[in-house]
Parts: sequence; structure tokens; C-alpha cells
Amino acid sequence: MVAIFAFVAGLAFGVGLILAGMANPAKVLGFLDIAGRWDPSLLFVMGGAIAVGLVAFAIARRRTASALGLPMQLPTSRTIDARLVGGSLLFGIGWGLAGFCPGPALVALGAGYGKAAVFVAAMVAGMAAVDFIERNRQRGRSMTPGASGA
Amino acid sequence: MTIDWNAFTPWSAAAGGVVIGLATALLILVNGRVAGISGIVGGLLQPRLGDVGWRLAFIAGMLAAPLAYAAVALAPSLTIDASYPTLIVAGLAVGIGTRYGGGCTSGHGVCGLSRLSPRSLVATLLFMATGFGTVYIVRHVTGS
Repeated sequence: MVAIFAFVAGLAFGVGLILAGMANPAKVLGFLDIAGRWDPSLLFVMGGAIAVGLVAFAIARRRTASALGLPMQLPTSRTIDARLVGGSLLFGIGWGLAGFCPGPALVALGAGYGKAAVFVAAMVAGMAAVDFIERNRQRGRSMTPGASGA
Repeated sequence: MTIDWNAFTPWSAAAGGVVIGLATALLILVNGRVAGISGIVGGLLQPRLGDVGWRLAFIAGMLAAPLAYAAVALAPSLTIDASYPTLIVAGLAVGIGTRYGGGCTSGHGVCGLSRLSPRSLVATLLFMATGFGTVYIVRHVTGS
């Protein structure tokens, strides 16, 4: 059941992106090109999504379990640190370079675009690199307690 | 700033946004999970028992979306102008950035703002800023 609903949610998310035109990098770049001939459409996508999201998350916040009886896993982190700032700045650069963010890239991959496959492969490699670096850093810390970084 | 009225599609954009919002609502209210695409993909890199299936199912749904869309309507063709080297650099930046930043346009931009999270507001403003800045440099400074 969990997987079926997750599949339907992913399907609807992807259909929404296509309907909104946001699976198309050229359209996303039209939004990001604020100094050129600007296409504000992406703001309307976010407006529509957030209008529904506000209601959904207001309901979710008052519940401890989902409709399937699963724990309501809402993010708990509230820290605004260098990771959040640096990561978000870097993400924006990548987004602006190709016009792809993770969701639209998956949809374009599903549509059979080879270029989307290259982007997704690089994206997953980037994520894996971060996990690898962070795991080693933690291991280094726990093996040499008290020893501050070289 | 001049608005490109030919490209501007407020109605389909808002309608698509509502569908995205409904997908987000479904995932949080039924499965108890946040629809952050980078997080859903990234969570597969350190798989935990019982936490893999829903992620794969969600991703499969996204991959199947173009097929489902084309079954009922004319699927729009996509224009990917970026070269292969640019796509690789962009993909790495998006992968590294979202992993450190803890989210992307969906996790921070849609879900986080819907939760009224200050953290997500900061993230969204920052990636929008460098997104605008990057396109400005590529299109209007280095000129391509």
C-alpha cells in the first residue's frame, strides 16, 4: 500500500511538472533570466503548489500518524548554518547552468532524453560524493578523539 | 525587465502547481513523508531496511509521468540546450548542493515554504539568487 501511494504521488508530481511546463529546462531558464525576456510562470507553479501545501501541512502538523498509520516524518532541523547556505548557493548555480533541478530531471529522463540521464548520473554522483566525504570525516573524528583537524 | 508574454503561461503553470501540491499532500498525509525529490533520491544512497520501497516507487512514478501524460494529452517536447560537459558540472553542483543544503526546489521551495519553515525560506531565497545570477552571467556577461 505504501509503495502504491508513493507511486501515485510520484506520478502526479511528474504530471504536474509537465502540465506546468517545468519539465522543460528552456522554460525554467526563461524564469531565471530576469534580465532578458522574463517568463514569470514558475512563480505561478510555486503559488499553486504552496496554496495546496499550506493546507496539507497544516493538517499534517496536527497529526502524529499518517492515514496509513505511519509516523508523520516532518523535518525537525531548524538550524541555518554554513551547510544550508553553501549547499543552497551551489544548488542554485547548478540549476542555473542547465535549467534542471532534481524533479524535472527525473521526468525528462522518463521521457527518454539522454541529456537528462547524464545530468541525473552526475547529480547522484555528487550526492554520493558528499555522503562519502561526510562518512570519512565522521570516522576520522571518532578514531582520533580530541585530535582537532589537521 | 521585460516580460515575455508569449512564453508566459500563468494558467497551466498554476494548474500544474496545484497538481504538484496535491501530490505533495498525498505523500505527507497518506505516507507521512515529505515530497523532496533530492531527499527521496539521496536517501537511497544509504539504504535502511523498510525505507527503500516507497522511494523507488515514487521515483518510478516520476519516470512514468511522461508516458501517462502522453496517454491523455499531447506531451510537450523539451529543449535541453546545455552541452554534455555543462550538464555534468550542473548535475554535480545540484547533487552536492542539495545534499549539503538538505533540499531542492521541491523539498525547500514547495514543502518547506508550505510548512512556513524559516530554514527553507533562506534556502529558497539563496538558490533562487544564484540561479538568477548564474543565468545572468551565462547569458548576458559571457554571452552565449
